[in-house]
Amino acid sequence: MTGGPGNAIELRGIVKRFGSLTAVAGLDLSVPSGVCLGLLGPNGAGKSTTMRMLTGQTLATEGSITLLGHALPAQSKQARMAMGVVPQLDNLDVELTCRQILSIFARLYRVPRSEREAAVTRALGIANLGARADTVVRDLSGGMRRRLLVARALIHRPRLVLLDEPTVGLDPQVRQELWTLIAGLRADGVTVLMSTHYIEEAERLADTVAVMSAGQIIAQGTPAELVRAHAGREVIEVYGPPAELTALTAEASRRGWSHRRSGPALAILNAERLDGDAPAGVRRPANLEDAFVALTGEEIE
Amino acid sequence: MNLETDPAAGTPPPGDRPPTPEGGDPDTLTRRPPAGHLPGPTHAAVPATVRVGRLEPAAISAVMARDIVMFKRYWRATTFSSVVQPVIYLLAFGLGFGSLVHHVGHFRYVQYVATGVVATAVLFSSAFPGMFNTFVRWRFQRTYDALLAAPIDAEELVTAETLWIAIRSGVYGVAPLVVGFFWGLTPEPAMLLVPFIGLITGFGFANFGVLIAAFAKTIDNFNYVTSAVLTPMFLVAGTFFPITQLPGALRTIAQFNPLYHCVALVRDLSLETFHLSDLLHLGVLVIFALLLWRLATTQMQRRLID
Repeated sequence: MTGGPGNAIELRGIVKRFGSLTAVAGLDLSVPSGVCLGLLGPNGAGKSTTMRMLTGQTLATEGSITLLGHALPAQSKQARMAMGVVPQLDNLDVELTCRQILSIFARLYRVPRSEREAAVTRALGIANLGARADTVVRDLSGGMRRRLLVARALIHRPRLVLLDEPTVGLDPQVRQELWTLIAGLRADGVTVLMSTHYIEEAERLADTVAVMSAGQIIAQGTPAELVRAHAGREVIEVYGPPAELTALTAEASRRGWSHRRSGPALAILNAERLDGDAPAGVRRPANLEDAFVALTGEEIE
Repeated sequence: MNLETDPAAGTPPPGDRPPTPEGGDPDTLTRRPPAGHLPGPTHAAVPATVRVGRLEPAAISAVMARDIVMFKRYWRATTFSSVVQPVIYLLAFGLGFGSLVHHVGHFRYVQYVATGVVATAVLFSSAFPGMFNTFVRWRFQRTYDALLAAPIDAEELVTAETLWIAIRSGVYGVAPLVVGFFWGLTPEPAMLLVPFIGLITGFGFANFGVLIAAFAKTIDNFNYVTSAVLTPMFLVAGTFFPITQLPGALRTIAQFNPLYHCVALVRDLSLETFHLSDLLHLGVLVIFALLLWRLATTQMQRRLID
């Protein structure tokens, strides 16, 4: 994806060092307006550092960041005015009610006094927390708290929303609820940058996926483009005793077949290119997980 | 969830989906959640004319609004701890020592202590919240992460937090005077200025607390500051005895103690012995407050934005 005036987010040559540790190592990323981009990478890839740089809470050592046309860090505040942030870690005031929290953030985001009550009601509706408006956060379930975090980020109807691992640690049902909420944002044309280490999350929600590893974007495209480019059309999964799989792994390496361990099986990628040489196994379409492992060499959830 | 389902308008751009194991439509087969519009208009709740700059009143008042909401939940405990401790000092020293030491200069000892303990009340109700509230909100509750993701900068955050603490300190500082009224302290019109002196002093000490919190590695570090800085500071401020009674070196050091200037100013206002040198006390307090504010905001900026 190339940079351009229609991009909500532009990162060019971003480097972030913490002492001798380089967390982000030459990151280039463009997110066009209205697109949901999934930043997919294993833990430690630099996703959260990138997110913090976008909120102005971490300063890039090198490179340039432009958000909604505002250059960071000088115009970070202007950018944050039109941006909502859902953090990875819950930072709600547990002693306050949902309504109080949303009212406070409506003020922080400069929602005019005459519109604050409506904004709070709308945000409570988005998060389906209308019935719990006057419940203190301490008494909310984990899923409700996550939804409140999303509502808090949307109180001022932002043009850009940053979601940092939005469903990490949530049970499947709550994750589905959050996904529905995020899908609603996409439908309304809000630009979304979502960091995640869940393949399924990126695959379901993101128009474009950028794979991040060791502080860099190593591939970017639609999920299907990434799969085609890095895992082919088909995968053969070969099941068998460990010794047999070890021997097959050695042969795959010798013959230059792209392969990976997939649970109890050995998965041979780009199986459609193997013709008659293909080992016997279960054929299935390649997926984003295959492409991700082929790109990063790491298994993630 | 109460998202309205509107398949025609609400289906997001699907991108180029990967093929699915069953070979069908990937959106259907992966059970993509229904993508509905969110309620209400999409953008622009915030007017385009919002002023963005340094130390915006809107930003500061918004952070203070949060503090006020929090205070409404905790005001009893906060007020109790901020008022009772100085009052105990007043009763112990004023009435206890007062039976032995009847006068300091022209004033009865209880009058002397009641006006001096105002500064103690201000110190306790500003430096401690400055340290502990900042550390807890920053390191444990991650409140500052949440606030800084909104259009608030570290300078505004620290200013709002310490200004709110200072306002509280100004009010709490009056408590020893009110208690003193029951033991013969005479209400004077100039006492109406005491909350403002408390506010200026409290602002300085709140920022002192924030500065300490910015450097502290653990919350236990505050014990050193309490024992080695704050306690000696209020003992050599002229609260319980004139600093002229101190040995030479300590007397000189006491002149640099902002609390001493607060004590002197409050006492002169309350006992109607105001003279020109009190402007010097006021000047020292204002400089102390501004200097600590600058140091605290700069240091917290460095620590919050890495």
